[in-house]
Amino acid sequence: MSVEKPVVSLADLCSRYEGLLVPDERQGFEGYLISPDHLISFCRSLRDDVGYDYLSSVTGVDNFPAEQMEVVYHFYRTTGGPSFNLKLQVSRHNPVVPSLVPLYPGADFQEREAWDLLGIRFEGHPDLRRIMMWEGFEGFPLRKDWREPFFEDEAKPFKSRWPDGQVIRSEDQNPYKNNVRYPNDFDPEQWTPVGDDALYKGMLNLSQNIQSEFKTDQIVVNLGPQHPSTHGVFRMVVVLEGETVLSLKPVMGYLHRNHEKIGERNTFLQNMPFTDRLDYISSMSNNFGYALAVEKLMGIRPPERAEYIRVMMAELTRFLNHIFSIGFLLNDLGAFFTPALYAIEERELILDVFEAVSGSRMMCNYFRFGGVARDLPDGVLEKIKELVNDRLPRKLEEFERYLTKNDLVRIRCEGVGVLSPEEAIALSAAGPILRASGVPYDVRRADPYSIYDRFDFDVAYGLHGDIYDRYLVRVEEMRQSLRILKQVVRDIPEGPIMSGKPQYQARVPPGEAYGRVEGPKGELGFYVVSNGKPNPWRYHVRAPSFINLTSLATMAKNQKIADVVAILGSIDIVLGEVDR
Amino acid sequence: MNGWGIIQGLGVTLKHFLKTYLEDIRKGKGRYFTEEGVRERSASSVTGVFTVQYPEEKLILPEEFRYLPFLVYDELPDQERKIRCTSCGICAKVCPPQCIWIKRAIDPDTGRPKPTPAEFYIDVDICMNCGFCAEYCPFDAIKMDHDYEIASFDRKAEHVYSMEKLLKSASYYEEIRPKNFAREEAARLEKEAKTS
Repeated sequence: MSVEKPVVSLADLCSRYEGLLVPDERQGFEGYLISPDHLISFCRSLRDDVGYDYLSSVTGVDNFPAEQMEVVYHFYRTTGGPSFNLKLQVSRHNPVVPSLVPLYPGADFQEREAWDLLGIRFEGHPDLRRIMMWEGFEGFPLRKDWREPFFEDEAKPFKSRWPDGQVIRSEDQNPYKNNVRYPNDFDPEQWTPVGDDALYKGMLNLSQNIQSEFKTDQIVVNLGPQHPSTHGVFRMVVVLEGETVLSLKPVMGYLHRNHEKIGERNTFLQNMPFTDRLDYISSMSNNFGYALAVEKLMGIRPPERAEYIRVMMAELTRFLNHIFSIGFLLNDLGAFFTPALYAIEERELILDVFEAVSGSRMMCNYFRFGGVARDLPDGVLEKIKELVNDRLPRKLEEFERYLTKNDLVRIRCEGVGVLSPEEAIALSAAGPILRASGVPYDVRRADPYSIYDRFDFDVAYGLHGDIYDRYLVRVEEMRQSLRILKQVVRDIPEGPIMSGKPQYQARVPPGEAYGRVEGPKGELGFYVVSNGKPNPWRYHVRAPSFINLTSLATMAKNQKIADVVAILGSIDIVLGEVDR
Repeated sequence: MNGWGIIQGLGVTLKHFLKTYLEDIRKGKGRYFTEEGVRERSASSVTGVFTVQYPEEKLILPEEFRYLPFLVYDELPDQERKIRCTSCGICAKVCPPQCIWIKRAIDPDTGRPKPTPAEFYIDVDICMNCGFCAEYCPFDAIKMDHDYEIASFDRKAEHVYSMEKLLKSASYYEEIRPKNFAREEAARLEKEAKTS
């Protein structure tokens, strides 16, 4: 996060690697291709000399039927600016690439995910296990030649629906036990999870060499998957010495539905309501990110009024998400539901706005490529004005009076779960987590999208990187959201809300695009590859709460077991987005 | 750390607690089980009790509220129904979870397809309430309903809606979505005036 000029400019570095670094010249693609042998040395220079210190996204693309697998990296500078895209092409038969975890520890879960779903082996990864699917699962589901047991067709719309549709229910076609495919010699009754024992043993070994004055036993405890404090089905395996956490590993995937495979079967437009189900607390933001990515590919921009409506909805979403997450953080601290319900009151009023505008409280499905679904109905703008100018600031102040100086909150939160700025950047933390650690990085400011460059607002950041700072950053962000909203409701122009005619089949030219927004939970990115057909060839979600979990182990180390619950609450995860 | 923060916080909860009673006394009986009462409790000026006692009370739905799709028919004289759907299949194609099944009618004399559906099914357990079908229907033939109470004992028998269950009259549509209806009628009349 140094602000000094980089030692080497990007052009210099690229010329130093001339011949080894080839520009990606396919139409609609950008960035560079590099061979696996030079990846590590190039990335070291990229990070240390040029200042691309933030690895935002790692993912793979299966170029079936070509015998080729592609790994795509998106690097950013935490001082702001556009991305640097790097790609590796390896054989699809045995894709092996060097792991970037030693350089960018934030690649940990993302590489595991690419291994799990695409079968790309990352050499040198310290813990390359499946992350979403269970150990023993056969095949790599995101590969194009992998078919689900209830497979109907490569892409929607399915032919059976029209013109001679006879209703079929998938559960009749694939009755219970036929809807999953097991390896040949697999008996679910006899099977015991093999991965778990190894995981426990490995974790105990890791922490064995700690010297203690007293002879104590270390024990492994599973927090979850069914545990009220995990905000869903999420498991933390912790090694305890007394009450102190020696090491922690998150285990997720219990809610996995292969969102990306579904997305690749869907048409571009059909993905819009599915993005609502990622982070179901803040569906408007998810719509925003996906719409941006596809609009980049299509080369269109929404009209003025639609831009204002989009920003308005995104900021209302940020407010409701933060107030909700603070309410539930207090739940985790033991203030059972009183603060949470006060937060829900305000959230409810914002949801009323969403319902009036989009028709649904949580699954909004409101954004379209090139605009929004419908204009604000009568009276909604007045209601938003009432909320923004009167109710929400008043309630936010009351909320602060209630909690900010509360001694119990401070004792539980100050100095707990500390993440240093260097760690936060290295671990690819995003959103309030990154900013609370003292890195004032906000996509709205660092790489402005939509019309955020027009509004006056400050980027909230903390100095200590503890739970209390994350709380304060969220409170300040709500205040800044209200500040943006006040400008929006003042300036919103009249006019059309869609550019072009609404079309149920978006025509998307071939190419790739990475659209990212500053969602309430952090940087939410959508990596979309089109090959000119009605369905996306690759659809990848850079889920902020999934990647923020990479830093959970660092935050929880040497903390008390009771505080781990609070630390997890302060990361603010939604399992719909973590597991996808 | 002298506990002043806690006392202040307790003050906030005490205020909340007292307000529920004060507001009830101030507003009197009309606050509950009346439409104005519900409206008041969902306005942004609300203080005191916030909740609505379902099912005795129900939230007032905004016009754009969407739940399940239904098919619109126009009422002709002598109880005849004119189904607006032409079985073009756009709704079935745009549906993200693919829960719409349409069978196109065939003219028995010529053997050619007729612009009307023979059968129309929606599996409401699969429907994700996104509203695309209503949004992209070029004939205003499928719309989103406001009726959200669809619980039943037999999912298989009752949750695949057939055309009979899906068809609702245009006057019902006007009742739940007056503004949309008026806008569409105006556009239709204009178009008819142009073509004639």
